[in-house]
Amino acid sequence: MSTVAYAGREVDVDPEGFLTDPGQWSEEVAAEIAAENGVGELTERHWLVIGFMRDTYLESGSAPSIRTLGKASGVPIKELYQLFPKGPAKLAAKIAGIPKPRGCI
Amino acid sequence: MAKRIAILGGGTGGTLVANRLRRRLAPEEAEIVVVDRDDRHVYQPGLLFVPFGLQEPDGIVRSRRAQLREGVELRLAEVDQVDVEDNAVRLSEGPPLEYDVLIVASGASLLYEETEGLRGAGWGESVFAFYSVAEAVALRDALREFRGGRLVVNMIDMPIKCPVAPLEFCFLADWFLRERGVREQTELLYATPLDAAFTKPVAAERLGGMLERKGVALETEFATGRVDGEAGRLVSWDEREIGFDLLVSVPLHGGAPFVARSDGLGDELGFVAVDIHTLQSKAAPNVFAIGDAASLPTSKAGSATHFEGSALCDNVCRYLAGEAPRGSYDGHVNCFIESGFHRALLIDFDYETEPLPGRYPRPHAGPLPLLRESRINHMGKLAFQPLYWHMLLPGREIPGIGAEFSLAGKQPVAAAEVGE
Repeated sequence: MSTVAYAGREVDVDPEGFLTDPGQWSEEVAAEIAAENGVGELTERHWLVIGFMRDTYLESGSAPSIRTLGKASGVPIKELYQLFPKGPAKLAAKIAGIPKPRGCI
Repeated sequence: MAKRIAILGGGTGGTLVANRLRRRLAPEEAEIVVVDRDDRHVYQPGLLFVPFGLQEPDGIVRSRRAQLREGVELRLAEVDQVDVEDNAVRLSEGPPLEYDVLIVASGASLLYEETEGLRGAGWGESVFAFYSVAEAVALRDALREFRGGRLVVNMIDMPIKCPVAPLEFCFLADWFLRERGVREQTELLYATPLDAAFTKPVAAERLGGMLERKGVALETEFATGRVDGEAGRLVSWDEREIGFDLLVSVPLHGGAPFVARSDGLGDELGFVAVDIHTLQSKAAPNVFAIGDAASLPTSKAGSATHFEGSALCDNVCRYLAGEAPRGSYDGHVNCFIESGFHRALLIDFDYETEPLPGRYPRPHAGPLPLLRESRINHMGKLAFQPLYWHMLLPGREIPGIGAEFSLAGKQPVAAAEVGE
């Protein structure tokens, strides 16, 4: 585990850059992680997904999969890929400051 | 008065739990009713072998009723929905089935319609799956005629039954096409939404290496948005394309449709939300789930179901006796992975520990090597079929194979990396 500075504060991250403590997250931290990962300016639709990711994680202890996002976040899968290119579940989790989705076995 | 235990589903989980409970509870203590829509119990691991002519389709189907002990009733009906509040199951016909304890063992359903085009043009001609006897037979016929080109195996998304099945299909296809003399003319490709060949790192690396050695190309992070059977291509949500001459699709899975129709019973994919150690439903204390039907962070596999069986039966009996459930299921699962050429791997893991190299079931003595190809593992896989009918379904313990996961005989990750 190492630390990185986002928005003027030190946060703990895993080797792939996922925050290990969701409590260290803030909207400013999210904006910087988004920029760093090529997502650009966060829109209302991005925040809808980010909020859903955090709520689900804090409630259930695991990050939602792309299928769960598509069914329950209010944003269809097609659009999720436009908002968070390549891997929406992973990228949105990173920006939402929660651990990497485990990918059920 | 006897309590009524209703079990929805007469597959692996429903059958082994019905038989275990029937042995433990006298008829005056409990009546046991299993509900299923038909009397055909399919040995599902056999479906993987049918396409390669290694298994006769008739050999993997038996009567469900014949697998149930005397004193277990099998009721043939479709389940419409469960009223958790009223302790009743509504069936397609007849009066509702009231219960004291409900066990949901209705497995996973294949959700073809959730992938655009999957069952459209080309289905049964160039687009196949192997999740029913009919599908596996159609694929067998197509593979017999296959003259070369690009064969793509595509897992659309997790969770799926037997997470190693797509990889096994690739390994067996490589072997089969070599035997038939058309491997040189065939490009084999495995497309997965995961970022590696498998979910767990140590196994992913080993299995990825095996794909490479067998000349199977690996396309990762490919999230299939639609299947275009007419043009012979897969299109991902982010507009990448993979062309195919023959597609073997592993469709999306969800829970049984009645779970989604039953208030509070399922999660968003229709699997029953349960405590991962006690298997007790979050909806009500007298509702439990087992096997593929349960929303557990472990493999959907017969071995997991077998190991869950012992915890589940304890907890059902504890519930009937007015005691609190005990959280004894640890996520233990083991799977053989057929790798072609009469060899197989074996993996053994639980919620906490990923598959590691070592020996099983006895530490060091084995005789089965973990995460390594061997003939004896292949023999183990073949030997499992009679064990399934004669020990697992009757709900008996398999000698030497404990329900609880053990780290003994396994090499930790660092040593594993140095190992080969």
